[in-house]
Amino acid sequence: MVGEVRMANFIDRRLNAKGKSTVNRQRFITRYKQQIKKAVSDAVTRRSVTDVDKGEKIGIPTRDISEPMFHQGQGGVKERVHPGNDQFVRGDQIERPPGGDGAGAGKGKASDSGEGQDDFVFEISKDEYLELLFEDLELPNLQKNRLNKLVEYQTYRSGFTNDGVPANINIIRSLRSSLARRIAMSASKKKLLKELEEELLLLENTPGSKAETIMELKKQIDLLKQKIASVPFIDTFDLRYNNYAKREVPSSQAVMFCLMDVSGSMDQATKDMAKRFYILLYLFLTRTYKNLDVVYIRHHTQAKEVDEHEFFYSQETGGTIVSSALKLMHEIQQARYPASEWNIYAAQASDGDNWADDSPTCRQLLDKQILPLVRYFSYIEITNRTHQTLWREYESLQQKYDNIAVQHIRQAEDIYPVFRELFKKQAV
Amino acid sequence: MGNIARTPLSDGPEWSFELLQEYLDEIERIAALYRLETYPNQIEVITAEQMMDAYAGIGMPLGYTHWSFGKRFIETEQGYKRGQMGLAYEIVINSNPCIAYLMEENTMTMQALVIAHASFGHNSFFKNNYLFKAWTDAGSIIDYLVFAKNYISECEQKYGVEQVENILDSCHALMNYGVDRYKRPTEISLKEEQLRQEEREEYLQSQVNDLWRTIPLSPQEQAKTKPRRFPAEPEENILYFIEKNAPLLDPWQREIVRIVRKMAQYFYPQKQTQVMNEGWATFWHYTLLNRLYDDGKVTDRFMMEFLQSHTGVIAQPSYNSPYYKGINPYALGFNMFVDIRRICEEPTDEDKAWFPDIAGSDWLDTLHFAMQNFKDESFISQYLSPRLIRQFKLFGILDDDQKNYLSVSAIHDEQGYHDIRRILSQQYNLSNIEPNIQVHEVKISGDRSLTLRYVPSNHIPLADTCSEVMKHLHRLWGFAVTLEEKDDEDNINVIAKCPEHLEERRKQPSSI
Repeated sequence: MVGEVRMANFIDRRLNAKGKSTVNRQRFITRYKQQIKKAVSDAVTRRSVTDVDKGEKIGIPTRDISEPMFHQGQGGVKERVHPGNDQFVRGDQIERPPGGDGAGAGKGKASDSGEGQDDFVFEISKDEYLELLFEDLELPNLQKNRLNKLVEYQTYRSGFTNDGVPANINIIRSLRSSLARRIAMSASKKKLLKELEEELLLLENTPGSKAETIMELKKQIDLLKQKIASVPFIDTFDLRYNNYAKREVPSSQAVMFCLMDVSGSMDQATKDMAKRFYILLYLFLTRTYKNLDVVYIRHHTQAKEVDEHEFFYSQETGGTIVSSALKLMHEIQQARYPASEWNIYAAQASDGDNWADDSPTCRQLLDKQILPLVRYFSYIEITNRTHQTLWREYESLQQKYDNIAVQHIRQAEDIYPVFRELFKKQAV
Repeated sequence: MGNIARTPLSDGPEWSFELLQEYLDEIERIAALYRLETYPNQIEVITAEQMMDAYAGIGMPLGYTHWSFGKRFIETEQGYKRGQMGLAYEIVINSNPCIAYLMEENTMTMQALVIAHASFGHNSFFKNNYLFKAWTDAGSIIDYLVFAKNYISECEQKYGVEQVENILDSCHALMNYGVDRYKRPTEISLKEEQLRQEEREEYLQSQVNDLWRTIPLSPQEQAKTKPRRFPAEPEENILYFIEKNAPLLDPWQREIVRIVRKMAQYFYPQKQTQVMNEGWATFWHYTLLNRLYDDGKVTDRFMMEFLQSHTGVIAQPSYNSPYYKGINPYALGFNMFVDIRRICEEPTDEDKAWFPDIAGSDWLDTLHFAMQNFKDESFISQYLSPRLIRQFKLFGILDDDQKNYLSVSAIHDEQGYHDIRRILSQQYNLSNIEPNIQVHEVKISGDRSLTLRYVPSNHIPLADTCSEVMKHLHRLWGFAVTLEEKDDEDNINVIAKCPEHLEERRKQPSSI
């Protein structure tokens, strides 16, 4: 462009930083954090545990975010001009339309009056959503921690070796050393041969040379030629083999068992708290594993594998037998998720109720069948009452195993310590 | 036209910088023929995203940081994403050079339309309309915005984001009352502004201290001073009054009040010339691009696309249409300028009776004169012709809350022309739209309370939000504030107070 010399200048700003409003947007979110957090909390209950890849739609009552100004209210005498008269003559009387703002909508003043019932709806990104959701929990940087995972082996090439099976012979390498060996073994002879041949030529061209000397030379030459020819084309010494080694690779698949008591004593608030815990665990595991399966098992006196919706929202009445869920989990694990291939995690949420005689059975099941196989088993008890038998049985297991965490949660803020526990033990 | 050699410029649809320059040169050439005098143009090509940023900053090329701009950005972004609204084709800034934004998505035709509309229409309006000349200083606005942005960000670092945000919130609530209606502010450059700002801090504080001095006067002096009223005259610029007199504000807080006041001042002319400004710009993009066509510079295809867009802009739905959102300022303004030209060029007997001064006069002189010397209110009451009233089929509706029906007060007939002119003109009179609220009294020797007085026009009450605004005023003033209303019988009623006393509890008190 030759802009400088003209009156007008075209400036291409397209490559300039966009997001000039990012700071302002952030200010807005900070300012309305309370409202937004409430909306996020409400949203959690609507979302699926595995649904973590999108942001969230947030609605704030318009009233709350209006910027007040002095302006005229309803009433008084207002006279306005409108276009498109098709029927009126001066003096006509018209019924006041509902809203009482004259014919038509009048000039759009409603927007800043803040009277509307409509929410101010906008979307926050995935990261903003997660940040707000776990803000109280001070979630550490998950990626910095590594779990000790199930190990698989993978074979990979690692250089060359001098012995091996014929199938692994590396032809290029072998021929290269063959060539080298042949050069090494015949170079001095070839040099000598060349000298002798020159000498012979000289003698043959010199009149009066002795025939014996010539004969002798010819004999020597033949001998040398023979020796050179006898250097073998390939020798076992030349052979090179591809080398293979085994390497440990952490398994990238995991299964997460969610166990929950759905007996009558678990109310929706308790379940929502459990849900947050599951979401947190799910998030943590998705950062570590590529494939993550989630199995939902709910139980009262019997356990059943269900889908997520049923897991969180169906209500059953009756007693509580926790071991039923542990048994079912073990069965499912044995059938579908062999411990040699899957990293197994389990999270159990309960209000602590259990049929007293069942608790020792639970301990046995965990001790003998489950804890040896799982990476981590976390038990959260969401209750304000004193602990019962189940808690004590689980607690006793902590002495023997370091892959079980037992935590008491009274309110949502308590969820994080469970995680801290988990990280502390599992962090490499 | 057949004998004009048509060597049109490429009509795209893709634009390029070379092509933009060619169009600009042509438009500039023609604009000069019509004596459009402008600031130098600076035309910036931006993306849709950047346009949303520009939108959120209420058209300021650089604004200070505040959550309300974030809110506006989110609104714009949401509306745009959902396809509820398109982005404006252009944003133009009253500055010297005059900055206009073109969006990269536009076709060549649209870019040409925007250049004609913004860089010549609006630009010449900014430079020549008396309100803009008197109220804004296009040369120093960018510098001032830079100063404001930096100053506010410094304050945020020194005093904390929340402190600054509180002051800004309160100032924004009173922004409409941060305008001098009669005095003209003097313009200064950035450097001077910074220099003066420092001096001002000290001086202002000393003045405030003097007003609020608590050391008792000597008996002789006391005898001389009669209890004086403060302010001597009601003050309509509430933010100015606060900046100069609020007892408890820190110097930096006064400076922020001043910044918001300056912004309000800068935008004040735009609020008063919406119909004229858009009408003028629309009239000129229409006229300039048609002239380009007549000169054989643009193709038929270009004109079809342009006219389609143009007719969309000036569409005026009727009162009973679902799309009706009041009178479209583009439609009214454009048609008024077209009509003035018609009155000059082909006056009817009616026009000669109504507009003896301009009927038959040079249209270009008349148009320039109208653009330079009016604002919406006076422009309409001066130039709205009976013919245009008939064309728009305008009618007046009287809404009196004492009656349980609305009545038609005027229609487009002989009897109604003057009435419609008057009503429509008043519809654009800011002092009718914005409640008349002034600083009435401060008890300087008493409890230091501040009283605002609202004088309603046509019995229209203040909206409920006034009590919220009073909380903001209280924050700035630091002592009790009262809002009273003076009705027709000169009765004074208190309508809002902050802090609210028991007897005046209207709403639950809440922190703002």
